[in-house]
Parts: sequence; structure tokens; C-alpha cells
Amino acid sequence: MLKKTLLGTALAAGLGLAIPAQADELRIGFISPTTGLYAQIGKDMVDGFQLYLDEHGGKLGGADVKLIVEDDQGKPDTGVTKAKKLILQDKVNLFVGGLLASTGYALAPVSTAEKVIYLSSVSSADDLTQRQLDKYPYFLRTSWTSSLPNHPLGQWACDQGYKKVITIAADYAFGYESVGGFQKAFEDCGGKVVQKIWPPLGTKDFGPFIPTMKADADAIFTVMVGPMALQFPKQLRGAGNKKPIVGSGVSYDEFVLPFMGDEVIGDVSSLHYSAGIQTPENEKFVKAYRAKYGKMPGYYSENNYTTAMWIDEAMKQAGGKWPGPEQFIKLMQGIKLNAPRGPVSMDDMRNPIENVYIKKVAKTKLFGYDKEELWNTTVKVYPNVSQFWTYGKDKFLAQPVYDRDFPPCKFCE
Amino acid sequence: MISQNVKILIVAVCLLAFAYIVPQSGSFVVLLATRAMAFAILAMSVDLLLGFTGMSSMGQAAYFGVGAYLTAVLATKFHFGMGWDFWLVVVMGILLGCALASLFGLFAIRAGGVYFLMITLALGQCVWGLAYRWNSLTGGDNGINMSGRPNFGLDLGNEVTFFYLVFAFFAVSLIALFVLVRSTFGRSLAGIRERELRMQILGYNTWLHKYIAFIIAGGFGGLAGVLWAHTNGHVSPETVVLTTSVDSLLMVVLGGAGTLVGAAIGTAIVFGLREFLSTLVPWWQYALGGVYVLTILYLPMGLMGIPSRFRQRTQGKDEGAKKLATKPS
Repeated sequence: MLKKTLLGTALAAGLGLAIPAQADELRIGFISPTTGLYAQIGKDMVDGFQLYLDEHGGKLGGADVKLIVEDDQGKPDTGVTKAKKLILQDKVNLFVGGLLASTGYALAPVSTAEKVIYLSSVSSADDLTQRQLDKYPYFLRTSWTSSLPNHPLGQWACDQGYKKVITIAADYAFGYESVGGFQKAFEDCGGKVVQKIWPPLGTKDFGPFIPTMKADADAIFTVMVGPMALQFPKQLRGAGNKKPIVGSGVSYDEFVLPFMGDEVIGDVSSLHYSAGIQTPENEKFVKAYRAKYGKMPGYYSENNYTTAMWIDEAMKQAGGKWPGPEQFIKLMQGIKLNAPRGPVSMDDMRNPIENVYIKKVAKTKLFGYDKEELWNTTVKVYPNVSQFWTYGKDKFLAQPVYDRDFPPCKFCE
Repeated sequence: MISQNVKILIVAVCLLAFAYIVPQSGSFVVLLATRAMAFAILAMSVDLLLGFTGMSSMGQAAYFGVGAYLTAVLATKFHFGMGWDFWLVVVMGILLGCALASLFGLFAIRAGGVYFLMITLALGQCVWGLAYRWNSLTGGDNGINMSGRPNFGLDLGNEVTFFYLVFAFFAVSLIALFVLVRSTFGRSLAGIRERELRMQILGYNTWLHKYIAFIIAGGFGGLAGVLWAHTNGHVSPETVVLTTSVDSLLMVVLGGAGTLVGAAIGTAIVFGLREFLSTLVPWWQYALGGVYVLTILYLPMGLMGIPSRFRQRTQGKDEGAKKLATKPS
């Protein structure tokens, strides 16, 4: 036993030696769940980033990129361990990724403690770039805040003449923040959220929830994540409920859309990306992605593709040399990109300003593909939306972060 | 047969070698070893129940969780426990683990076998539910982030310093549990494991024995939680989730139940595979699964059963065991 233990520790010690960084190499750590419940999403994230790298010969801004992918298994705690591995052992210049909001909250302090850039490419926890930003000077985001696309959707739903809306959303922080954004904008415009339903994250049987939905509502706002997205519309329509759906974009993301049935045609959702955006930039991206990976890119892929593009531009401006974290943030904040999702830039709270697409599911042919498929076709574009919507930064930050009970449900009884 | 003293000596030498070698390697290895040792305390507490008392608890993450949440809540809401008062938090963590176990024990100890397993599982899930839904206290799904580690003259922010501290706690826990299981109390626990009815007939209050063992295990769980919270400075419902309990059970079975050291070895192997191998290859889960399957097929006594199995084969005394070793049933 003695021998075995010694051998084991010696092996660990040998492998644990830090690899010295090469001169002009940009070392990027990438954290995503490549095993476990979210493995497929994790893979989409890596694929998006990798696609951009491959298109540019493995270089960003002239620097050779060493991409090190780590599996966080969808657990925030494991994410922290992996981030520390990337920083302490692999000596990365920055780390990217993190899927869940909770992972984002867990990884941000690591960036502060180790003084290494954390670029959040999917994780959308609102407060990281809002009330808590001061705590995380090395944190920036290329994706979105959970409430960002839902403010415009609230406005849009109100403009459609909906008066009473039921919300049904996964029971965790991302759901609260999405519903909060929708409710705030919808009620400020004169609408009423009359019922809020919170099925647990991962619910597959909505039998207990659907019959409790109020009959006098005009529409339903949904936030369904992963497998939930596939089940809810099917079961809702199966139960004979024909009310229009306006939902968070994740409920109809291209990650699940190809597996859905025709019952979702006509459902509306909003997000900062849709594979159906008809611009040359997006068409090129969708075609390249489908050719390479054989499936439709969703926002998980696009977010990471754009993240690589953003780093590429910053590295170009830095002359192909890692400029150090402070300078890198400055460069990133000054960049305006024409990404597949449309024009993006970064606000002074280090969160993107981007278009929000109100989109409707339709069965159609796009981009010259010869088969009819389900696409999120754009109904309306809200250009250059910031995380503060139309409220203004100071007024918005004065209210608490959206939560299960905020905004309070004034019209529920 | 190697005498008991030689065995103790081997363990001591291994521990010292571990404490000497690890800090020399990369700081990530130090962090991993620290995490593994904190978790090993939890695994040893499971071993006290499973290996020495014959109760397979599926809810040990509950005590681990309350220890971790106590540390995080005190640190973030009251700025308590970041200086010398860290030691108070350690004591409070142990007491809270004991207190919760003494409450849960009232429900759980009434049952045995698979019913005990299910009750502890349910109670553990209650704690998880609280952590997940009591947003104002636990931060819900997002968890709690602590800023930095305690500094009381000794700066635990330094990975190596913290490693030595956790190592000390680990070693003390190992010794304490070792003394416990070799005491008269520990012997009667083993008696209960072997045949509870006989112990009752002999006049032992077996319920009380099991209850006390359960509380002690809870206390060690709480201690492990306090240390764990500081390893990554992040506590979330994932800390209290069912898989944490299952992991600790599997580690004990892998290393060999009823040996204490086996629990630590099992923890080291699982951490090595899950957190170290996963940084090297994408197929680490197959390796982990393979290790579990092979252990259960060929080493029902766990890795600590290897020496006795080896002895049986060379001496050929026990034909039955020999057959079992070569032929999986």
C-alpha cells in the first residue's frame, strides 16, 4: 500500500508541473459542461468557439491560440475547481464559458481573486453586470442578462393588445429574472400578470400545472429550459389550451426547435439571437455551422462564436500580443462588431448592447436549404437594447434584482 | 498477518509522505488534495456508520451542507469566522452537525436496512430543499460566494498553508475515529453490525449506541462541511445534493468499509479520477465507472481487502475465497 500511495503522489506531482507559456501564444481556458445533464449544450458552446478558431487558422488577432476545454459537469463548485486548474496550472490569459447562472456567480469571484479575465459567454445572471459589478473588476460578458430580451417582449405583448398574461417558468434564478423583466415592462405598459406558476427545473410532466392556469388570460409567458421546452407546448396543446404563447427565447432555441412538432408553429419568443435572422453574416454562420456539425446553431453556439470574434478583434488592436487584463477590458469595451446576431457593443457595465428579436416559429425554407423546417422567423427587431431597457441605468439599479417575489404579483389572487 | 502496530506505522508514514510531497507539486494539485481531504472526513464519517455500525446512510450530505452553509452565511452576512473566530465556526459547525443528526436520528434510527437508507435520503433532501428555496438565507440556486479565506496570523489564503490546516484536521479526525472504533463503545457498534438481536439480549441499549454513532458521524460531517466551504469559497445547493451523499458512500465501498483508511483512499481515487483525470481526457467517466464495477465484482471488501485476498491466494487456506477472487459470480 505504501508503494502504491507513493507512486500515486509522485505521478500526481509529475503531471502537476506547470507548462510554461510560449511567447506569442494566447492561452484560453474554456469551461463548459461536456458531461452530465447539460452535456449537449456544453458541446454546442465549444463547437461555436472552435468554429471561429478553425475559420481563422487557429489564430486570434495574429496570436496562436491554445484552447483548453474543461468540463464543469454543470456544477458551480466543480467549475471553480476547473477555473483554478486553468489559472494555476495552465496559466491561461483568460477563461471563457460557464453555462448556468449559478456557475457565473461562482466563477466571477475566481477572476477577482486570481486577477484573470473571466469572459462570460452564456451565463446570464443579471446582477453580475448590475449591482454586483464592482466586486468583479475582471469580469465581462459577451452574452446577455436574463431579463434583457424579456423587457422588449413585455412591451411587444402589450402592443399586441394582450391585457392579462400567465407566466410559467422554471423555478430558479434564471426563471425569476426572465419573468421579472417581462412583467416589469408589460405592467409598466398597462398589462397585468394575473398568475405566476413555477414548475421545478427539469419538470417533464406538466399535468399538475396546466389545469390550474386561469381561463381568462390572453396569453402565456413561458421560460422552459432543456428537456422542459420540448414537453410543455406538446402537453399544453394536448390539453386543449389554445392561448397564444409568448416566451423566453430559450423555450424555442434552435437547440430544441428541430425536435419539436408542428404544434409550436406560431409561438412567439424573444432572444438576442435566432438562426433565422436574414443577414449575410448570419447566413454564412448558419451554413458553416451546419456543414461542420450537421445541426442548427442556437444561441449557445452563436454566443461563443461571437465571443471568439470579439477576442479576435481585441487581440488585433493589441497587435497580437496579450495586453494584460486591464488593457484587454478597455479594448473589448471599445469594439463594435457585426456578429451573426447583428451589431453588438459593450456598455459601461461590461454587458453587451445588442438587438433583440421577437420571433415566431414558422415552417419554411431559409437560406436555400431545400427542406421545409421549423425556423424562428423575425417578427420585430428592437435595435441596440441595453440591459437597462428604457429605464436608464440609475433608475434601474435602484430597484432590487428580479426575484421570485419581485416584481410582486399585484394582480394575482 | 501484519501486526496492528505495523499497520499504524504504514498509515503514519503514508500520511507524512503525502504531507511532504503534495506541497512540492503544482498549486492545483495542492488544491485538489485539500478538497479531497476535506471530503475524506465526510467519507470517514460515513464509514463509521456503514463499516462499523452497519447503517448505510444516504443523507450524510445534510450535515456536510449545514456545516458549509453555516460557514458561508456567517462569513458573508456577519463577517464572522474570517479571523481567529474561524475556530469558533469550526466548533459551531461540529455542534450544528451533531444537533441536526440528533434530530434526524430520532426519525432514522427507528428503522434498519433499506428503510434507514430511504429515511436518511428523504431527510437529506429536506436540507437540500431548504438550501434551494430559502433564498434570503442561502441565495437559492445561485449559492453563496465568500471572499477569501480566514486570516488569523496564519493566512489561509495561501493554498499550502490551508493544505496543512486541512491535513491536520484530517489526521486528527482519522485518529479520533480510530480511537473511537477501538474503544468499548466502538466494539459494541461492531457487535450491533454483526448481530443486533444478540447485543440486545446481552443487555446493550442498541438504539442508544446507534443514535450516538449517528450524532458523532453528523459532527464529523459538519466539520468536513466547514472546511469544504473554504476550499472553493463557494457553497450552493450542489454541495448538499443527493450525489454528494452517494459519492461518499461509493468512496467508502471503493476503499473498503470498516477500515477508515479505506474511506480516505476511496476519496483520493474518486477525486483523482473525477477532478484530475477529467482535466486530461474526456472519457474519464468510463474510467470511474469501470473502477466501481471492477471493485464490486472482484473486491467486495474494497481496495483495503487486497492484502487479505492476496494472502488467501498465496497461502491457499481459504478455497472458497480463492474461487471468489478468480471467478466473478
